[in-house]
Order: sequence, then structure tokens, then C-alpha cells
Amino acid sequence: MLATATPHSLASGAAGRGPFAGFGDLLASEFFKLRSVRSTLWTLLGAVAANVVLAALAALFLVSRLSSQELASADHIRLSLVGLHLSQIAIGVLGVLAITSEYSTGMIRATLAAVPRRRMMLAAKTLAFAATALVVGSVACFAAYFAFQAFLPSGLLKSSLGDPGVARAVAGGGVYLAVLGLLGLGLGAILRSSAGAIAALFGLLFVPVILLSMLPHSWQTSVGPYLPMNAGDAMYSLHRETSGLSPAGGLGVLSLYAAIALTIGFTLMKHRDA
Amino acid sequence: MIEAIGLSKRYGDTVAVDDLSFTVPPGQVTGFLGPNGSGKSTTMRMILGLDAPTSGSVTVGGRPYTRYRRPLLEVGALLEAKAVHGGRSARDHLRCLALSNGIGKARVEQVLDQVGLRSVADKRAGGFSLGMGQRLGIAAALLGDPPVLMFDEPVNGLDPEGVLWIRTLLKALAAEGRTVFLSSHLMTEMALTADRLVVIGRGQLLAQTTVEDFVGSGSGSFVRVRSNERDALARLLEAQGATIVTEGPDALKVTGASGDAVGELARVNQLGLQELSTHQVSLEERYMELTSDSVDYRTAGGPLAPAPN
Repeated sequence: MLATATPHSLASGAAGRGPFAGFGDLLASEFFKLRSVRSTLWTLLGAVAANVVLAALAALFLVSRLSSQELASADHIRLSLVGLHLSQIAIGVLGVLAITSEYSTGMIRATLAAVPRRRMMLAAKTLAFAATALVVGSVACFAAYFAFQAFLPSGLLKSSLGDPGVARAVAGGGVYLAVLGLLGLGLGAILRSSAGAIAALFGLLFVPVILLSMLPHSWQTSVGPYLPMNAGDAMYSLHRETSGLSPAGGLGVLSLYAAIALTIGFTLMKHRDA
Repeated sequence: MIEAIGLSKRYGDTVAVDDLSFTVPPGQVTGFLGPNGSGKSTTMRMILGLDAPTSGSVTVGGRPYTRYRRPLLEVGALLEAKAVHGGRSARDHLRCLALSNGIGKARVEQVLDQVGLRSVADKRAGGFSLGMGQRLGIAAALLGDPPVLMFDEPVNGLDPEGVLWIRTLLKALAAEGRTVFLSSHLMTEMALTADRLVVIGRGQLLAQTTVEDFVGSGSGSFVRVRSNERDALARLLEAQGATIVTEGPDALKVTGASGDAVGELARVNQLGLQELSTHQVSLEERYMELTSDSVDYRTAGGPLAPAPN
């Protein structure tokens, strides 16, 4: 089993050497990194399952208990996407781990030795994660919508994707998951610690909402819509709340949070010792 | 070829590497020696562009490492700790690195064979023993078939068979004309494997020479000679500039002359010899002598603590 060094000619080099390693190679490597760790698969399956199961449960048990008044004012897309409360945790954690797992395992040293152009590496990682999260998030949200519709009691809250705003709101759920995951990735690149970045991500999501609820009502209508969680809500709501942002506005605000975190992460990545 | 010029690294007030200049030539195994905390790993991280020098520079093949678009084809490195995601299989770990440098699947299989990990290639690296982890690290270093190789403590955790395998591999790589740079705290291993040495202490260069010269330059090397005509021999040796200490009725301890020279002097002057032996300090003794001032952690009042690593 012990092989001695097979001599390779120094000039001819490694087998399968292409002429040039570009961004495509980095992207392929980062996609493969996501794919080759089993926890990625379980996390993504968990996100889809949470969305579908909770949507079915909401249709079966919640809708029949609603009064006619509540039914009239209900946003049935938000009801279908009740599973986002769970799946956002899965995708957010996955975004954080996409970068922090490299630091916690020491893999980052091998990665950066292989790709010294660090921001290119992080860009490839960001893109690979964003594409994965967007596809899986969209699948999770559309699957939830169809499951909700399938299990609804007859005659209540029925809609189709062709109805005004429905497809947009369901797709908004998928985009919300992807952008939230990118916020997690940005925080992970800044903090380089899984626990720290996960705490920061969900702290940012939940704590401001709790704090704001203790402040005067005027604050809740002026500042409230710009909190990450409320901006996200606006993305996948069928009906716009009176003081809320438009779906595009919600996307813009949440993306801004993610962009700020990623920008700081990219800057630190270049200058810090690995 | 690795070339460091005035390389320095400061962390706040602590100087980890201090104005270090050295050259690692191709075609030889160059050992990198120094006590724990002397700056070996920091230096290797700077060579790979993982840490930025505070001042000075280091180039590999004439260029800073970070300028290479596909650095795995230029430098292969085994880093001190496991640099592997434990949830990934050995093969997938190598594939991740290979893809980023445009290296094909076939080469991954080749290096798996070369380090003897094929049978466990699909097992998760997290379950690997220290020795298997080292083999995986070596496979990663060999991936790009690079002309320059760096190994930080490669024999750590290997069984005797593995140690022999590494030694043979490193020598073979150097014989192919590659630059091989190896750090180890195991002196005997270094004496058996390295051709040249770069010795540092407290971040500063202490010596840069061949292993032979390094050992030979120590104060402890001497020649012992026994002769019935001890005094005549002593006078002749002193006339040649050697230093003599008498040891018993017929023995001399000679420094400053080689065994060959003493033997030749005796033959020319027709003096009979009962013993002629050369006593050389070991690499370890010479190393201790040189670094005794630059060991950060030592046991109080006792001999030097064995280097834990």
C-alpha cells in the first residue's frame, strides 16, 4: 500500500492541467464544497420539509378555525409560508456555515493557499451559495403554496398562481430566504465563528422587533418597516400593510443589510491574516 | 527556490519573525529548525501568503506567492494542523482544491494512490487518524505536481513505516530537482532527511548551511588518539595549530585537526597509534548549543523540556 514517489517531469506537470484557472474554476470548486458535505443536503431538505409540512398543517387545522371576519382579512400567502419561520433558520445557518466551517475546521488555510485571490474566492462562494439558496428557497415556497392549496377545506382561501400578486408573493419567499442566507454569509465572513455569526444573524432578526415593541407607536410605524424581519415580511405578503414597505422596497432594504455585511466581510477578508 | 529577504512579522509588541533572510535552493531537502515559538510556522504562513509580513518580502520561484493564478501548480504545502473539513471524504477534499486550480479528476486519483489512501478515499476525513490526516495533507501538497514543496512537521503522528515512507518521498522529490522545505522538531529525523539547514531562534536566523558543516562547526567535535609516543605526537600536533588535552598516560583529545590529518601526521613521523577516533556532536547537541539562548520555555533548573508538538 505504500507507494513511493512516482517521478513526474517538472515541465509537463499534473495531468489534466488546463491552460488557465479562472472564475469558473473557483465557482465549480465552491459548488462542489457545498455539495460534498452531507449537512448541506440535510439542511436544505429540512428547509423544504418545514415549509411543506407547516403549510399543510396550517391548511388542515388553522384555516377551519378562523372566523369569517378573520378569513376576509387573512393574507393567505403568509399563511401558506408559515414554515418560513423554521426554514429561515436552516438557510441562515447554512449561509453562516458556508464560510465559518472553513475557519472552524482549518480548511480555510488550504483554501486560501489554493486561491490567494481571496475576494475572488469569497465572490465565488457567495455566488454558489446564493444560487443554491435561491433555487432551494423557491422550491420550498412554491411547494408550500401548493401543499397549502391542496389541503385547504373546500371553498376557503382558494387561489391560483395566476391571481394578482400571488406568484410574486410566493417567489418573494424564496428570494427572502436567499437574501437572509447572504446576510448570514456576510456576518460569517466578518466574525469567522459559527456560534458568533449565527447569534448575530438571529439577534439582528428578532431583537430589534422585540425592542421596538417597547417603544412608542410612532416609532413602530416610522422605523418598524425598515427592520430586517419586517422588510422580509413585505417581500412575501400578498397585501401591503398600511405602514409597511412595498415588496420591492422590502427586498431593497433587506438586500442593503446583506450588502453591508458582505462588503465589510470582503474588505476584512483581504487584509486579515488567515 | 524560496527566497526570503528581511522578512519580519510583529503582533503588537511581540516580534514573531525578525529580519529573516534565507534561500531554499532546488534539488535538495532543506530543514527548517527552531524551538517552539521561534517563528517557523509564521514564516511558512508568510511564504504562502496566509499572513502578511510586517516588512520584508518572500518569493517563490521569483514571484510573491499571491501573484500566482494557479498556485497549487507552483507550491504544494502541508500545513501544521489538519486543514480539512471533517465532513468531507478524502477524495472530495482533494477535488475541492483541484477544481479551484483547474486540476483534473485523474490527478486526484493519482495522488490518492501515491499516498496510499485509495482504500479510504470515500471515508469522511473527520474519522482519520493523525497519520492518515498527514497523508491526506501530503496528497493535497502533491496535487499540482509543484516544483516547490513545503512540509510543516510531516512525520507527526506517523508510525515508523510512515516515517520511512515520508523520508523516502522527500528525498525522491528533491532528487527530481524540486525544492523541498521541511520543518521538524525531531532532530534525528532531520539529520537523516535534510541536506541543508535553516536554523532560527526567536525569529532570527541562527545558521544557514549544510547539515555536515552545521554539525562540524560545533565546539564539541574532537579527535581521540592513543599512542605510546604521546608527548612526541602532542608536540607535532601543537606545531600544526591543534589544541591538545591529555587524557591519561597515552591518550590525547585533539580539537582543531581532523582524524585524517592526525593519522597522516603519525604515519609521516613513524609514530605508532593504538586508537584514532573521531567524535562528532550530534545534530541535536549542536542545535541545543546554538539555540540555548533562544528557547522561550524551559523547565526551571532542569534539562531542556522535551519539545511538545
